[in-house]
Amino acid sequence: MTAPSIASDSRVGSTRGRSRGGSGRSVLPGVRLTLGFTIAYLTVLVIVPLSTLFARTARLGWSGFWDAATAPRALAAYTLSVGTSVVAAVVNGVFGLLVAWVLTRYRFTGRAIADALVDLPFALPTAVAGVALTTLYSQNGLIGALFAPHGIKIAFTPLGIAVALTFIGLPFVVRSVQPVLETLPKEIEEAAATLGADRWQTFRRVILPALTPALVAGMSLSFARAIGEYGSVVFISGNMPGRTEIAPLLIMSKLEQYDYGGATAIAVVMLLTSAVILVSAGLIQRRAARRAA
Amino acid sequence: MATTIVPGARQHGLPPGPRTQVHTAAATNESALARRALIGVALAYLFVFLGLPLYVVFQEAFRRGLAAYAAAISEPELLHALRLTLLVAAIAVPLNVLFGIAAAWAITKGRVRGRTLLIALADLPLAVSPVIAGLTFMLLFGMQGWFGPWLRAHDIRIAFTVTAVVLATIFVTLPFVARELIPLMEEQGVTEEEAAVTLGASGWQIFRRVTAPNIRWGLLYGIVLCNARAMGEFGAVSVVSGRIRGQTTTLPLHIEILYNEYDFTAAFAASSLLALLAVVTLAAKHLLERSHHAARARIIQEQEEKGS
Amino acid sequence: MSVALDRVSKRFGEFTALDDVSFRVDEGELVALVGPSGSGKSTLLRVVAGLERQDAGVVRIHGEDAAPLGPGDRRIGFVFQHYALFRHMTVFENIAFGLRVRPRRERPAGAEITGVVKDLLQLVELDALGGRYPSELSGGQQQRVALARALAVQPRVLLLDEPFGALDARVRKQLRQWLRTLHDEVKVTTVLVTHDSEEACEVADRVAVMHEGRIAQIGTAAELGRGAGNPFLESFLGESRGTTSPPNRVNYH
Repeated sequence: MTAPSIASDSRVGSTRGRSRGGSGRSVLPGVRLTLGFTIAYLTVLVIVPLSTLFARTARLGWSGFWDAATAPRALAAYTLSVGTSVVAAVVNGVFGLLVAWVLTRYRFTGRAIADALVDLPFALPTAVAGVALTTLYSQNGLIGALFAPHGIKIAFTPLGIAVALTFIGLPFVVRSVQPVLETLPKEIEEAAATLGADRWQTFRRVILPALTPALVAGMSLSFARAIGEYGSVVFISGNMPGRTEIAPLLIMSKLEQYDYGGATAIAVVMLLTSAVILVSAGLIQRRAARRAA
Repeated sequence: MATTIVPGARQHGLPPGPRTQVHTAAATNESALARRALIGVALAYLFVFLGLPLYVVFQEAFRRGLAAYAAAISEPELLHALRLTLLVAAIAVPLNVLFGIAAAWAITKGRVRGRTLLIALADLPLAVSPVIAGLTFMLLFGMQGWFGPWLRAHDIRIAFTVTAVVLATIFVTLPFVARELIPLMEEQGVTEEEAAVTLGASGWQIFRRVTAPNIRWGLLYGIVLCNARAMGEFGAVSVVSGRIRGQTTTLPLHIEILYNEYDFTAAFAASSLLALLAVVTLAAKHLLERSHHAARARIIQEQEEKGS
Repeated sequence: MSVALDRVSKRFGEFTALDDVSFRVDEGELVALVGPSGSGKSTLLRVVAGLERQDAGVVRIHGEDAAPLGPGDRRIGFVFQHYALFRHMTVFENIAFGLRVRPRRERPAGAEITGVVKDLLQLVELDALGGRYPSELSGGQQQRVALARALAVQPRVLLLDEPFGALDARVRKQLRQWLRTLHDEVKVTTVLVTHDSEEACEVADRVAVMHEGRIAQIGTAAELGRGAGNPFLESFLGESRGTTSPPNRVNYH
């Protein structure tokens, strides 16, 4: 049986409309073609490139991999990356929840603009964000100048990195929580009120638990993005090995020295970390969501 | 249902959103003071973290006056970088649109096994750091890469060329259109398309006349996001381009070069172009979102009425 | 505890939900409010609960003006059509909620709370299900949990907003009889809102028919069956007068 081509199939109820090959019955034409294209596209552009990482790691051998992955400079980079990403995720968790609440529950002038602005970190190129943030938080920048007299340096320190990571992770929590907040049935808040709970109790015991899955999802997305972020951070970090060198910067550094093996080892560690975070976040989410179903 | 939406009533002058329930009752609202405080803190947070960086871009770009700005914008290298950025987007975005449509069609209109795997693969580039993405392409096409020797033997260069830049950009922006279309087409179901099949329409006709009009807004939305990312991509492109000035530098890379040479006005002038693009993207996104969500809400409502 | 509305009005924008309504429920009575959508019955209930604030008129609970009191202070129990159970809490925790959020001074000890909850679970015949989550229960069971939760705080007035509206016909019939039995046992002043006239006549001591924000008529099921000359009431109450029910029974949604 020849695969149906999109252009030529026009028989009513013809069996040519069915795709075969074990993928289940499908009445609509073009599925085999599009499926084939999709698989080919994904193979060439996703599977093959990513598998080179593991191939290259295999070439390193276990000891080579271990040495590269656990070198002191690498360990410092992981610690810094994870530490700053966690801080950013937590800050985004708290303030993202606040922003989502305010945008969903209240009406005020400029609400539409604020709502649209939340997506700025998605829309703004990372390099632009990077140079802007560096200028803003350097010693004589608009914000940096406020802290300089107190001896607090933001740019070129881990603090600056955390600030930049907070910026790029901001939309994740807001956009995760907003839809849940919007469809939260008003009745459960009213029920809590009739049972004697005050507003804060209602928030803490009834609303917040209902938002937990979305909050966890948003924070883990923020974390995953922060760990791998390059453009927004490369300028503000100052890139000092062992002090302000996050993992992606270290990879870049190794690449510039043509140490592909070393770069790959660190990349693999990063990917595994992200995978663990995303999977565990997914599990927490699913468990909480199952109860709320 | 407790009469929150009373037939014929306007809820205090506010248009009811598809699912938003307006809290008019005093029982479930915070005190006015608490409300104002929360709004204040939220707006201050957004202002500091989002508003100021955006402001700074333009402030620095025009620091030396309009003339200096104009001069920076018209630098040949900058213009070349801009052209390259546009070229890369012009190739990457349509290809990913094609992929997005194909993948969404295959996954939602055909009942394929392993759809979870396909969706996960399509989402994967989002979970990978752009630097790692660039690394993988170097591992493929670099001198020591898989295809390295073969490419060298045939005198083909991919690494450190525009081709590599395009490939890396395609990888990084791959998910955007698919992620919008897949849930959308999933919700819309297959009934309309099946009806079209029984009426004798071919696959292409079905897509063009039945599916496409329904996915209009979602598609546009995905294109806007995809384009914004394609033009702004930095990390992956940084790795594979070799940063050969005037040849493989896209606009974001050019900004980096200018900044590292302390040519701040020029760097921010170039940044202002991309920042303007970002603002336009946000506006387009916001406008499209309304139609997009309205369309999806309508579908959900229809399904509920049918009791499906 | 009696409930009295004295010339209460409520508008939403340009829509008048309650139009100068005066109404009284005696202590221990079970009164049903029936009427089509938009007749104001739910609004009336919510105004009594304090979930909406009236534009004019006075609500009195046990003779006292309830205006200074919010819904948490009026000692009312409210049961919603879609249960409004706290999905992330177990049945036990749901029922205990009202007791646990009391201010420190008034909060009963843990063991006492457990006792109260257990008694209520028995009362609503869900003894063994205390550890379950709402998503694991049927609609009828969830509604019984909602009722137990409302009763846990010993309300002076019990308000039920179309409590059986989301359940299928058979369960509805069972639960309405069960509710009447429960009321006879517990004797709380109760107001029940429903669109089902048969349900109203079966369960309530008195029935108030609402139409366009006003009470069109109020009386016992028998009185209403006898005296109606009003065409609206005729069509609405047709079947409760004992005429053979036509295939399409009047049921307002």
